[in-house]
Amino acid sequence: MYPRAFTYHRASSLKEAVTVLSQLGEGAKLLAGGQSLIPLMKLRFANPVHLVDLNFISGTSYVRGQDGALHFGPLTRHAEIEKSASAARVPILLDCAAGIADLQVRNRGTIGGSLAEADPSGDWATVLLTLSCEVRCAGISGERSLKLSDFLKDAYTTALAHDELVSEIVVKVPSGNSGGAYIAFKRTAPVYPTASAAVQLTVEGDHCKDIAIALGCVGLLPIRVREGEAALRGQQITPKLIESAGDAARAAADPQSDMRGSAEYKRQLVGALVKRATEAALQRARGQQVEVSHIYA
Amino acid sequence: MPEAAQKVSIHLRVNGKLHSREVAPRLLLVEFLREDLELTGTHIGCDTTYCGACTVLMNGAAVKSCTVFAVQADGAEITTVEGLEKDGELHPIQKAFGDCYGLQCGYCTPGLMLSALQLLKDNSNPNQKQIRKAIAGNTCRCTGYQNIFKAIDTAAAAMRSSGRGD
Repeated sequence: MYPRAFTYHRASSLKEAVTVLSQLGEGAKLLAGGQSLIPLMKLRFANPVHLVDLNFISGTSYVRGQDGALHFGPLTRHAEIEKSASAARVPILLDCAAGIADLQVRNRGTIGGSLAEADPSGDWATVLLTLSCEVRCAGISGERSLKLSDFLKDAYTTALAHDELVSEIVVKVPSGNSGGAYIAFKRTAPVYPTASAAVQLTVEGDHCKDIAIALGCVGLLPIRVREGEAALRGQQITPKLIESAGDAARAAADPQSDMRGSAEYKRQLVGALVKRATEAALQRARGQQVEVSHIYA
Repeated sequence: MPEAAQKVSIHLRVNGKLHSREVAPRLLLVEFLREDLELTGTHIGCDTTYCGACTVLMNGAAVKSCTVFAVQADGAEITTVEGLEKDGELHPIQKAFGDCYGLQCGYCTPGLMLSALQLLKDNSNPNQKQIRKAIAGNTCRCTGYQNIFKAIDTAAAAMRSSGRGD
């Protein structure tokens, strides 16, 4: 399968990339890891007239710990994050990076591309919504920084202007008494999850000091389970309370029936995933080493 | 409209040999390898980033060559299944796939062997779970996977005992 013909531009800096974008107009798209864009182009769902390749720009792939935050270069591949000792300090990031698709896709796909594509079934946005995350966006007139929740607008839609790109992702490292986990249910490795759940939990003794719960693949955007979070915050954590977080997730989910399952099936599934992710997050918040893995049908 | 005849000049090393070509931007790496270089050992399976039949190593990392444009491989070092054999000697991974009956029709085999090669370069002694994870992006529709796991395990042992790292 071939995409429509396009004109290829190779950017040598992010600045050059946004300049080219603004000169070429709406028909121009950025090529990062290409693991979603190239298949979409081959199926002719995406038909850019110009492609601006970011892969030859040096210094765009890194994970840097700095002032209590992790800084990710926009072209940092999932595989690099999976291997990064800095990212390993935040286990939920590792759950995410190591569980995306398969070895080959993780070697190419990028964190910046994943956020900018804003696929409702993408993994990174769901996970990063449970952390304090800023998306730095660069355009020809300069940089701005947006909270991830403001960056994500709708399915496949972000706050990026046509001639802007993601220049860095900054994630605050949670405190020592905080733990998180991300669990997706997948039919096979290479496909998107049927549903997924990310939980970041901070404890104080046996109480929940703070919690963030986000659901993936069950709405046009990742969904924060605000009611479930409010029910746990400040409370002593009990199995019954964790159960109720699953119930709140089922209520908050807004899934569509498709080839991955019926809406009702996904609703049930996402509740179970929240329960499991909360249990794992709690163990990690208490300093236990817990290995978390996606569930494959 | 795009310039109909844009050609981009690329220089890359495939199995150690340098190639320079002018290519259309939409030419996929797998088509470049098969049609321009006539290296037909790399197969096209699903053509949708799922099955992994087209897996090659690009600068040491396994990639699905149906999901990389040839222009992106400019300056890269590519290894295909044709690059595994050295001086008439099968690579330990190739030998193990044969010895363990890790193939039937053979269509997925080149891709599986390249994913296995990245695994064994990174980790000379992988456990079962690591082997399974490394080839989760490669689909086999006839053998089933047991003999493939066995082949990779056997290849790992052979490479360790011979001190071979690639």
